Amino acid sequence: MTTTSLTKSRGAGHTGDKVFSAATLAAGCLILAVLFGVALFLVVQAIPALVAPADQIQGGEGFFTYIWPLVIGTLIAAVIALVIATPLAIGVALFISHFAPRNLASGLGYVVDLLAAIPSVVYGAWGVAFLAKEISPSYDWLAKNMGWLPIFQGPASATGKTILTAGIVLAVMVLPIITSLTREIFLQTPKLHEEAALALGATRWEMIRMTVLPFGRPGIISAVMLGLGRALGETMAVALVLSSGALTASLIQTGNQTIAAEIALNFPEASGLKVNTLIAAGLVLFVITLGVNVIARGIISRHKEFSGAN
Amino acid sequence: MTSTLTPVRKRSALTKGQLPKTAPYIVLAVALILGAAILALIGFNAFGWGLVSAILFAAGLVGWSLVVEGSRKAKDKLATCLVVGSFLIALLPLVSVIWTVLVNGLPGLLDPGFLTTSMNGVTGAFDNKTVEQGAPLLGGIYHAIVGTLLITVLATLISVPVGLLTAIYLVEYGQDRALARAITFFVDVMTGIPSIVAGLFAAAAFFAVVGPGTKTGAVAAVALSVLMIPVVVRSSEEMLKIVPNELREAAYALGVRKWRTILKVVLPTAISGIASGITLAIARVIGETAPILVTAGFATTINTNVFSGWMASLPTFIYTQILNPTSPSNPDPSSERAWGAALVLIILVMLLNLGARLVASLFAPKTGR
Amino acid sequence: MSKRIDVKDLNVYYGKFLAVEDVNINIDAKSVTAFIGPSGCGKSTFLRTLNRMHEVIPGARVEGEVLLDGDNLYGPGVDPVTVRSQIGMVFQRPNPFPTMSIRDNVLAGVKLNNKKISKGEADVLVERSLQGANLWNEVKDRLSKPGSGLSGGQQQRLCIARAIAVEPQVILMDEPCSALDPISTLAIEDLINELKDQYTVVIVTHNMQQAARVSDKTAFFNIAGTGKPGKLIEFGDTPTIFSNPTEKATEDYVSGRFG
Repeated sequence: MTTTSLTKSRGAGHTGDKVFSAATLAAGCLILAVLFGVALFLVVQAIPALVAPADQIQGGEGFFTYIWPLVIGTLIAAVIALVIATPLAIGVALFISHFAPRNLASGLGYVVDLLAAIPSVVYGAWGVAFLAKEISPSYDWLAKNMGWLPIFQGPASATGKTILTAGIVLAVMVLPIITSLTREIFLQTPKLHEEAALALGATRWEMIRMTVLPFGRPGIISAVMLGLGRALGETMAVALVLSSGALTASLIQTGNQTIAAEIALNFPEASGLKVNTLIAAGLVLFVITLGVNVIARGIISRHKEFSGAN
Repeated sequence: MTSTLTPVRKRSALTKGQLPKTAPYIVLAVALILGAAILALIGFNAFGWGLVSAILFAAGLVGWSLVVEGSRKAKDKLATCLVVGSFLIALLPLVSVIWTVLVNGLPGLLDPGFLTTSMNGVTGAFDNKTVEQGAPLLGGIYHAIVGTLLITVLATLISVPVGLLTAIYLVEYGQDRALARAITFFVDVMTGIPSIVAGLFAAAAFFAVVGPGTKTGAVAAVALSVLMIPVVVRSSEEMLKIVPNELREAAYALGVRKWRTILKVVLPTAISGIASGITLAIARVIGETAPILVTAGFATTINTNVFSGWMASLPTFIYTQILNPTSPSNPDPSSERAWGAALVLIILVMLLNLGARLVASLFAPKTGR
Repeated sequence: MSKRIDVKDLNVYYGKFLAVEDVNINIDAKSVTAFIGPSGCGKSTFLRTLNRMHEVIPGARVEGEVLLDGDNLYGPGVDPVTVRSQIGMVFQRPNPFPTMSIRDNVLAGVKLNNKKISKGEADVLVERSLQGANLWNEVKDRLSKPGSGLSGGQQQRLCIARAIAVEPQVILMDEPCSALDPISTLAIEDLINELKDQYTVVIVTHNMQQAARVSDKTAFFNIAGTGKPGKLIEFGDTPTIFSNPTEKATEDYVSGRFG
């Protein structure tokens, strides 16, 4: 059978197809390679610190004695940030999705997004120059009146450069992240559910409690986890605001330190084994945030499958 | 009486047992006055006045509603007060940050030569003189602006091709293959990498390949790319997904090859969204401090070569000027420079955000006759 | 300028699912053939296999032969891109390229393939194609305006102009009027009548009156039930199918007893 009229090849176009699809594939694989590289290079550069004799690591008692106060400090700062930011973020998200007038809602959403646009170093500068100064009188008050609680034990720091201040700055920084994600979820609440609740005579708040919040719960949880990931890894706010020191239970005294801030403060002048120690600390931070993010993504994708959202 | 079909009543049965419409305003006025009175007793300040008044307002309105309307309506009022209150609280830091930067940054920005000179040769002695003898403030941020622009441009040059091609792979070629799912998953993971870890990665990679202590603008650009690529991939992917399949089919039916269809039909249709996404990604990384701190070091002189030598950038300039003032005994001039730089940085970021919106509407496919 | 299509023992699969079973049909050159049948009977799927557009859908594949004047579309070494440049297609919803002007939409097939064409030749081609699609008089003053600014019916005729600008042998139309109002539909039907002087036209339609008005031959597809494959039940001259069909199912369908 002759197939002349259809097999007349247009070679150039065909190669174009192959080259282009190969290029897109290569770009995708490059991303996987980079992520693999992140893990690999961090591990390779961290190993010297992990195998070094204990007395050569800063503090003189080995890497793990060095790192664990930092891990705890990181967690303390992140938890403070979430305790403050989560209820606020849910409130703001509800305000934009269900309370604000329709024509204002998108503009207000943009205003909240502006919070996310401000660079972290500016937040840090604001925290140390404005917030720490303004807030330190209330630390005195806390120390005087709530000092029986270990976390508010006095004497309060006179400069206000404490882990609590750093946590508040972190809260401001994660607020827009949690807000924008929960807002999306709230807007996806099936209109039919909401209208069914309203038709039963529910007030607005009852409607939200019956439909919006249950529907959005997995979304809220994963948004908080993503906010946690950000708070754990945020560097500048802590590095500039916190006057660091040894691990202490009191949130209103100087002391405590986070991994990210420890790296930022020491890496530029570090040399020798100190560099490896700091990279190992970065590896620990990477593993922690990776775990948190994987859990958050897992919740999101599981939620997507059964909710029918999107 | 029986002949009247519509009985004349003062209030409709449907509005019985409700607070009057003016109730919130009355309560607000009372709360403001009471708040001012209380604050006058313990020492007046605006923040306290607002806080006390807000609490009084919420308590007053909810209490009144509880008495007149019952507990369900009162709960609804309470929830509304809390939700609106949380939004107002969220606005406080935004207003405060912008106000602080404006007030502290304007004097620095208005110093002659602030934008056009570097910190080359500016020592603590000059700053001491500025404070003690009122000499003009020396030094500026020209080197930092140059550094920021060069590093960001290089990072963009790396990230956009990689990110865009990956997005094209995911949308046009991936078709739910295992590899495409893996890439999607790891791009999500990458968005969660802390910026300082991205910096450490670039540093560790260059230490291992080029040699220990390699710190240049290029290393910083690689670090920023690690942060930027996932953002570009996600936003471009979203934009490519909303290009209607009908357009692809129309092109295929004309005997157009797939790669030409993607380049000439799909990309032009989505270009406004993609460009706006890229602009937002740039806005995000231009303010990153930590990764540059560990990869490019800090410089006080102008360096236009990204492949050799330390390089300054706006964020690291702010950071070092605050943390290690040029003159430790008189930190005020350094702080003035830092705030000036912060103002420039915020203006830059806001312009990019605004630009993203502009780009989105400017390049959007035109309709109309 | 036009070729005949002969289909031999064609099966269409989506993955493992047999969507259309064992179709044999001979479509004459320079004629209008209509495919009718209830929703989901596979007529649109089958239409797509005539220019290999089904390959865009993941998992779709065919067995059997489709001969374009004796050349098998599915023969070894045949490039689907070549097939599609000879067998054009018009879709259910008008889909002009939103980023292009009316003129560029008409020239899309040429320009997207990066063929060199002089401005004079392009002008001639644009006018001839738009004339061919009965759209020239309506748009000749605004060729540089975006195609998405036209009315639905005009957009669909623009899509037809775009298809004939590539100078295909065959034009496939997948329910081209289902998104249009009656006036626009009439304009398209008039156009189909003119197109058959030069092209082989195959049209899928839900509208039996439309099939009766425009086609020379009609093919009736049916499906035995959900999950069963669609089949070609009867194929013949349009008047015969509508007034004196041999199959009971065809008669039931064209007389409106089901479907």
